[in-house]
Amino acid sequence: MSMSVTFTINRAARTVELDDPRVTLLDLLRERLDLAGTKKGCDRGQCGACTILLNGRRVNACLALAISHDGAEILTIEGLAEGDALHPVQAAFIEHDALQCGFCTPGQIMSAVGLIGEGEAGLDPERVREGMSGNLCRCGAYRGITEAVVAATQAMGAAGQEDAA
Amino acid sequence: MNRFDYVRPRTIAEALSAAAQPGSAYLAAGTNLIDLMKIGVARPARLVDLNHLPGLDAIEGLPDGGLRLGAQVRNATLARDAGFARRFPAVAEALLAGASAQLRNAATVGGNILQRTRCAYFQDPDSACNRREPGSGCDARDGENRLHAVLGWSDACIATHPSDFCVPLVALDAVVEIEGSDGAREVPLRNFHLLPGTTPERESVLAPGELVVALRLPPGADRFAAHARYVKLRERTSYAFALVSAAAGLHVEEGRIVEARLALGGVAARPWRAEAAEIALAGAIPDAAAFRRAAELALAEARPSGENGFKIELARRIAVRALSLAASGTPTRLPALPASPFASSAGGLHD
Ligand SMILES: Cc1cc2nc3c(=O)[nH]c(=O)nc-3n(C[C@H](O)[C@H](O)[C@H](O)COP(=O)(O)OP(=O)(O)OC[C@H]3O[C@@H](n4cnc5c(N)ncnc54)[C@H](O)[C@@H]3O)c2cc1C
Ligand code: SF4
Ligand code: FES
Ligand code: FES
Repeated sequence: MSMSVTFTINRAARTVELDDPRVTLLDLLRERLDLAGTKKGCDRGQCGACTILLNGRRVNACLALAISHDGAEILTIEGLAEGDALHPVQAAFIEHDALQCGFCTPGQIMSAVGLIGEGEAGLDPERVREGMSGNLCRCGAYRGITEAVVAATQAMGAAGQEDAA
Repeated sequence: MNRFDYVRPRTIAEALSAAAQPGSAYLAAGTNLIDLMKIGVARPARLVDLNHLPGLDAIEGLPDGGLRLGAQVRNATLARDAGFARRFPAVAEALLAGASAQLRNAATVGGNILQRTRCAYFQDPDSACNRREPGSGCDARDGENRLHAVLGWSDACIATHPSDFCVPLVALDAVVEIEGSDGAREVPLRNFHLLPGTTPERESVLAPGELVVALRLPPGADRFAAHARYVKLRERTSYAFALVSAAAGLHVEEGRIVEARLALGGVAARPWRAEAAEIALAGAIPDAAAFRRAAELALAEARPSGENGFKIELARRIAVRALSLAASGTPTRLPALPASPFASSAGGLHD
């Protein structure tokens, strides 16, 4: 059985022939579309390295079957910068030294973009940490990550109603 | 992962007829099912995808004042629905205390209810497990069983149901709406999950091929909104399953409890409604002594199923904490660490 599925990935339409329904979104991106920025850590929903935005919401690509998401809009780390201009979250991660080995970083950044869009954590470091708890960092760069997310939230003017008041 | 057929029904009738074939499983977000398929614990021959079915993702107020949650409503969508969180704050808190933001964005109402146990031996196809393979034995009995059940377990199986969401829902008398090839029926959520007995492989009342279409909160279930909390003790503060948890709701008038609701999580193969405790609380003054007495009653029949006797006293204390927090009033904004018994600010006992 072969099925043709269509996605909008990083603003471009992509059609893929799926000969096997077992392919996850993560494997589709990495193995079939040459988008290896999204990382495979645990492959079981336990680490967040594979975080992408699916129809605007952050999810774990490793537990999502590609075939089930036919028609979806996907944003990955490769689609975040505008040409040479980094996304404010990317810039903040560099500014705040929010990484060491960098393996978790694409997932952390996509998760942070999702979190800021949700608009509930604002500038409260405790809420940011809780909101980012689905992304593990074996290097323990959490302090820089929290600072970067708070700074990016501020830079994007997205502190949310609670904190703007 | 085994190979499987993939079916994408467009109507409930098509879904039911596709799933009537033996070996079929419904696919919601897949955050539990795909995980179990990767490790060879679930091996469905056919996946019937619910994600393109119209009509299952609505949150609808009902004419009688009840609320109907479609099976495909995402956990995060529900928790963030301002109207829902206002009426059912303990349910929103339980949702936000479960898994991670990424998983909650994907996970559905139906999938959450039907998630499988996290018993490590269940998840290991090389271990003996009566739930996974009837008659094979139970490696948890003499193994790592610190996290296993203290209520309602049997010699055949000592696993717990891991859902947070279900705990306050059981306290609020939620009802599961089911459709099958023989028509529609409904079952109270408190009777939906089965205790293991001698047939732990039968986890819920669902017959093969039956579909959960919605969950319903009955009219008046929001009368506990002013005094409702969920408290969850974990081995780390976030992104971990409950060691034990409790949902409490109080209806207080003139300094007395008119009616109380209490349910426990992480203690049994089903979310555990503590009715004896509720009866004892009705008419009482909401104080520490009343809450401790209620907690004693809630755990009166508890006994260790292994190296987990500590969970019994822990569950009592979490029940007392949930009741005390409920008595002091639902916070206007959820604390930074939802459901955590620990402080989010230095020096405080809790939020
Ligand atoms: C790392 C990790 C941490 C987690 N932590 C927590 C936690 O702390 N607390 C918590 O409560 N949960 C936790 N979870 C579990 C999570 O909540 C569940 O995986 C999720 O709710 C399942 O929903 P789903 O839509 O992905 O279901 P699926 O995986 O798609 O389905 C689960 C099961 O339900 C069946 N099913 C789904 N929908 C229907 C329906 N409508 N009718 C009939 N059958 C149906 C499927 O066939 C399958 O057997 C965690 C999961 C992971 C991976
Ligand atoms: S406790 Fe239940 S799920 Fe765990 S190994 Fe024993 S039979 Fe299986
Ligand atoms: S690779 Fe998806 S969560 Fe770890
Ligand atoms: S920077 Fe190395 S894992 Fe996070």
